[in-house]
Formats: sequence, structure tokens, C-alpha cells
Amino acid sequence: MSQATEYSKPLPRPTLISKPFWDGLRQEKLLVQRCRSCGRLQHYPRPHCIVCLSQELEWAPMSGKGTVYSFTIVRRAAHPAFAADVPYVLAVIELQEGPHVTGNVVGTPPEAVRIGMPVTAVFDHVTPDVTLLKWRPAE
Amino acid sequence: MTLPSLRGRAAVAGIGELKPTRYAEGRTVPHLMLEAARLAMLDARMRPADIDGLLVAPALTGAPVTFASMMAEYIGLQPHYLDIVDTGGASGASQLIRAAAAIATGVCRAVLCLTADALDPSTFYTRGATMMGLPGAEFERPYGPMGANSGYALIAQRHMYEFGTTSEQLAKVAVDQRTNACANPMAIFYGQPISVDDVLNSPLVVDPLHLLEIVMPCTGGAAFIVTSPERARESGHPVVTLLGAGEACTHASITYRVPMTTSPIVESAGRAFEMAGVTPADIDLVSVYDCYTITVVITLEDAGFCEKGRGGPFVAEHDLTYRGDFPVNTHGGQLSFGQPGLAGGTSHIIEAVRQLRGEAGERQVPNCELAFVNGNGGILSEQASLVLGRVE
Repeated sequence: MSQATEYSKPLPRPTLISKPFWDGLRQEKLLVQRCRSCGRLQHYPRPHCIVCLSQELEWAPMSGKGTVYSFTIVRRAAHPAFAADVPYVLAVIELQEGPHVTGNVVGTPPEAVRIGMPVTAVFDHVTPDVTLLKWRPAE
Repeated sequence: MTLPSLRGRAAVAGIGELKPTRYAEGRTVPHLMLEAARLAMLDARMRPADIDGLLVAPALTGAPVTFASMMAEYIGLQPHYLDIVDTGGASGASQLIRAAAAIATGVCRAVLCLTADALDPSTFYTRGATMMGLPGAEFERPYGPMGANSGYALIAQRHMYEFGTTSEQLAKVAVDQRTNACANPMAIFYGQPISVDDVLNSPLVVDPLHLLEIVMPCTGGAAFIVTSPERARESGHPVVTLLGAGEACTHASITYRVPMTTSPIVESAGRAFEMAGVTPADIDLVSVYDCYTITVVITLEDAGFCEKGRGGPFVAEHDLTYRGDFPVNTHGGQLSFGQPGLAGGTSHIIEAVRQLRGEAGERQVPNCELAFVNGNGGILSEQASLVLGRVE
């Protein structure tokens, strides 16, 4: 995907807890924490299950399929580094497995995006170290 | 467990508010807070020595650790109760609830509550969640959200999808509130009426929200003093007491809120009405947080003024102006009065007190005895709901 020589947009700073999530994206896998005790999926990552308090969490691979729960078309740059991208789609995606994530819907004119639209994960390797999770309309 | 009721235990005795301006023009947050505090003390017929509690809210431009004691010294107070209250835009309403609890329990005699902001455009892109480990910085900022704007746009889009709400209905909120602002010389958009077409023809910023549906950050400050109803009588104004209060917080980021279109106002307003022993039908004035047009629509639904999902038709069918059948945000709301940081949320309290006292001038709502106030923080995240009433 986009490989600008100098990537100037905000980048995630993975933590002790979240590092496996970002490592997964770099390997084009979408991993979400699952509680071994109560089975609940949890995104974003935390040190324990926030429902049952168990620390027994595993990284479960997701299908990479979801639907648009809601979206907006950002028409003014939220940050100077996004100025060249407007208009772009910021969306909340409902994973097929349940959890909600923030992301961009790419590979489509913004006006064609609809709530309920099926989407597929796109692994955008924006820097050698960081891969962002984006979405495109499903085939 | 029944929580001790705050009903009728504390009064808002003094109010002070500055006319918002776009930029700070050399004034600072402490300067603005001090000016507003002076007006509130004069209004309450109090001097600094009468104040024994201080609650401040952070400014969007940042507030350091020990900010409350810095402000106490700057104002000339030596309080024995002080704190920073931060529930985002709900901070003013949350301050009132905490101050009322301090009065009701005898911890304080008079609590000064302050909010202000001095807009500095050079910090637009540098503030926000940058602390290592805060999820917003890690899981949202890389995708280019537009702060609160995109959060409320996501909510509005989903509300339209679920309930058929239209841009015309949302625009009506901005138009009626502008009519109110044109009867309020303190409003930043005083003298500038707008039409539904003006709203719909203003640029789309974050679909489906147009420019005129989005609050404008500005500079200003607000202050109020909470004391006992007995002490409030000495102010010479009709006494306005807190009858009901409730707070609720269900999320910080809207991404994780399901359903996205229902806010914790359901709980906060429910508690406030229950404590006050009244229902939405009893309310004479609605003074609720309006960072965006959709915020008002969802607040009216979740507080019980109309059925869930019917907020769009409701605002279209009712006249929300000070001379209408359902007065909302008679000072213009933040959309037309201005949003001086967290003092924007306090503006809804100040206007309710003015209306309940009968001091609202040209825009006075006749026989205004009960007001519903809502403070909203974050992306419909933190809610502080109040029922205020005039004591006969």
C-alpha cells in the first residue's frame, strides 16, 4: 500500500501489552485478545479480562471480515499530515467475531461507503516497523 | 441501597459569565477565571473570605498538577476543600453536584466553581491523548480522527441509519438556537440569524455534519457559587436550588459504545428526575449540552422528552426558541453563544439560573420554575444531569 519515504502521520507506540497485536498486523494477521477463562473477546488489549479479571488471555486470530457499523467522510485535515488525504473515510468496523475497531475504509470512493457494507481487512505497511489495520469493500 | 438525596440541600447563589471572544487576545486562563469569579462573588454578595471551597476544571490548553491551589492563591482564597473536576464538557455540572454534596454534608459553607479557556490556535494539533498507553493515541489517532467532530459524525450517521433522522431536522436545532442567541447580547453570534438553508449550504466538514452544526471553540469563562439555600437568600436574588442530580459514564471512545446512538444520559437524567421527584413533562426550560446538533436530539430522547429515535421529528415539530412551545438553550446554546472550553458546558447552568430567577430579559421564558440541565463530556461519554428549581 502507501509507501511514502517519510511517513509523518501519528504512529502507534506499542506497549508491553499491545505489542503482539501490532506484531500480528505486520505479519498480516488480525489478532484479538480472548479470555481463556470466560471466552470473551477484548479489543483493545489490556493486562487482564475486564469482565472476569482473569489474566489468562490468548491472542485469537480473526477472520479479517467485518461490516461498517458507522462511518464519516473527513473533509478537512484533522492533522496537517492528513491534508493530502482528504476526503477520506474514518469508520467503526464491527468484526464478524464481534469487537469494534477504528479504521479507514480504502479502495473505494468515500461516497460509496454505507453502514452495513461488508469489508475485508487491509494490512497497510506504512513504515518498516508499523502496519495499520484498514478496510476495503469485500469482493 | 438508597443514596442520600441532595434534593433542596444546596443553592446556586452567584453566577458570573464573560462574553465569549474568538481568541484570547492576551488574556490567560487564570485571568479569565478570576474575572468570572469576581462577577459570581459580586452576584452572591460574597467576598473571597466567604468562600471555603474551590473546584476548578482543566482548560483545553492544559492544566498542571496542583492547578487548584495555584488558582486559589491567584483568586485570594484559602479554601479547606479544593479539587480539579474533569468530566470534559460535563465538568461544570459535575462541579455543581460535588459542591452540593460538600454543602449538604457541612463540609463547606460556599464553594466557588470555575471553568475557562483561552483559545490558542498554535496548540490545535499538539494537544490530545499523547500519554504512552492511552488507547486513543494507539488505536485511533493513526487513522486521522478529527477529534470530537468525527466522533459525533459517526453517531449522527448511525442515528440517521437507525431512525431516519434527516439533516433538515438537525439543522432546525442550530436555527432555533441562533434565534435565541439573537436575543442574547452576550452571545458570540448575536445579531447573525441563520436559516435551515444556511446550515445545509454550509460546507460538510465530517459527513453528515455541516459547519454550522459544529460548535466553535472560543475564549471566555464562567463561575458559580454553591451554598446553602439559607445563605443564598442573602444574595437578594430569587433562590435557585438543586433538586435532582445524576451522573453516568459508559465509555470514553465512541468506537466501543454499543449501541452508539444511546447515551448514558438515560441513567444520569433518570437519577436526576427520580431525586427531584418530577418528570420531563414538568420541565419549563431545557438547557442541555450542544456541541453538535445531534447532541441535542439524542439528549432529548435519552432524557425522556420524546421517544427513542423520535428526536429528529420532535425538534422539527416544536419551536425551540425562547418564545416557543418547548424552549431549549435560550442563551443560544454553545453553537451560537460560543464554546469557551469547558466553560461552554457551564453556560447551560448559568442560563438556567438566569431564567429561574426571572433575569433573562427579552428572552425570559414565562413562569419558568423548573429547568433540566445536562452536561456532556467526551463523545457522549460522561454525563451530568441536573434538575434546578426556583424556591418560592
